[in-house]
Amino acid sequence: MLRIKNLESGYGRLKVLKKVTMHIGAGEIVTIIGANGAGKTSLLRTISGLIRARSGEILFDLQEIGALPPEKIVFLGCSMVPEGRQVFAPMTVRENILLGAYPQYRKRRGDAVRDDFERIYGIFPRLKERERQLAGTLSGGEQQMLAIARALMARPKLIMMDEPSMGLAPLIIKDIFAIVTRLREEGNTVLLVEQNAKAALGIADRGYVLETGRIIMEGTAEDLLSNREVQRAYLGRDLDAEGRM
Amino acid sequence: MLPIVWGKEPKLEFFFQYLVAGITYGTIYAIVAIGFNIIYNATGIINFAQGEFVMLGGMTAVTLNQFLPLPLAILGAVVITMIVGAVIEIVFIRWLHKPSVLRMVIITIGISILIRETALHIWGESVRALPYFTGSSTSSINLGGVYISSQILWVVGVGALAVAALSGFFNLTMLGRQMRACSANRDAARLCGIDAGNMVTLSFVLSAAIGAIGGAVVCPITYVQYDSGTPLAIKGFTVAILGGLGNSTAAVGAGMILGILESFSIWVLPTAYKEAISIAILLLILFVKPSGLFGSAEAARLKEF
Repeated sequence: MLRIKNLESGYGRLKVLKKVTMHIGAGEIVTIIGANGAGKTSLLRTISGLIRARSGEILFDLQEIGALPPEKIVFLGCSMVPEGRQVFAPMTVRENILLGAYPQYRKRRGDAVRDDFERIYGIFPRLKERERQLAGTLSGGEQQMLAIARALMARPKLIMMDEPSMGLAPLIIKDIFAIVTRLREEGNTVLLVEQNAKAALGIADRGYVLETGRIIMEGTAEDLLSNREVQRAYLGRDLDAEGRM
Repeated sequence: MLPIVWGKEPKLEFFFQYLVAGITYGTIYAIVAIGFNIIYNATGIINFAQGEFVMLGGMTAVTLNQFLPLPLAILGAVVITMIVGAVIEIVFIRWLHKPSVLRMVIITIGISILIRETALHIWGESVRALPYFTGSSTSSINLGGVYISSQILWVVGVGALAVAALSGFFNLTMLGRQMRACSANRDAARLCGIDAGNMVTLSFVLSAAIGAIGGAVVCPITYVQYDSGTPLAIKGFTVAILGGLGNSTAAVGAGMILGILESFSIWVLPTAYKEAISIAILLLILFVKPSGLFGSAEAARLKEF
């Protein structure tokens, strides 16, 4: 579905991504883990078109999207839930969700939007309760749900999530990850970027490890979870201490 | 000044006459301020050419009225001003990549000078006016002892209608919601598939439209000249700041406050001081409460200004 080859991008003179190559198949949950500043967010911003790729190729459904602006990429079926949620704070929950459906309206599929609202409210009953509330007054977890709901309204083939667990309480993180799993069961493809490597690998099929702009490791989620290097660097296990015991 | 026919009885009728005059000017100021707000919300910049939109609306309507009936002339003037607004955005603003506030201020002031000088070349220095929409400049309507000109009702009515229509547009239509989304969070709006660049152009078009409508409807009372936009821009800017930048409901309230204050100032101060009032208010509010009367300090901090 998504195939990236030797992708490089950055801000101004700063090169953040170096020769990144990866792919995502339809129906997969793929996660990218890595420390702060490894380039995870830049990678998603480049795929979604918010940052222009410098070189390399990004093929989405066999179509080159590296030079397209974000508003075009959304129309092709690649949606992003941005880092820090980025809901439209002064607008109501319903308006936020409705704006997510904008590509549907443009494709003259406005009739389907009513059904999509039902579907979304089925996944996120909390959002239906708060339909008329301003998005800025929601809790962090609710805002994350709203950001996911907004992205889903475009009926994306691929949904990319940037740090959905950021700043949320453990119980709510559990809810959010359950939703990601549910989305896959309903046939969606998910690219999940996370600092919370353990939780992300727990639900993913495959994973990539990003370090200072390079992919240093890739494999199935089980392989990565049992890899000593990954355990030490990203899963917080102190193997030396365990070995001494 | 307003063509107010003074009632015979003093005091209370005077009071209402001043009040009506204040409300009329307040409506105009509010219209200009709302023009400022539309562009500010979409781009975070103050368009100092806003007053020129009002002047263009009046001038073009007067010219078109020489060979077109009044309603068509006004419609044509509004459409032409909207086109000017779009052209300004496409030529001067669109290609700028993340311009600084200072650069935008200088560019929009430059645009305002450009429009003013062009208007001077086209229309010369003569003062013009549209005919009264109904009645004439000497007829008036008696509202319980207060005599007001019918044009005042037109100004207030059209102003109220424009505000209601804009609020409906922003809150009830998909296009209006897209504009609000862009002003709330540009990147997130683009990730929803919204073309943010087009929304900025649209904000200039809308802002030009409301300016031109205001310009056409007041010009029978205030007359219009190539440079009559500038003082209106200052008043409108004062009102926009007074209400809190970006808040159009508050701009209506602030417009009324400034209009009425100015109007009643004639009672206690020499007429010459009338113009000083808005500048004094502008300075005072910028020193004391830059977020505006109705704006919260928190909201002001969130805006990148």
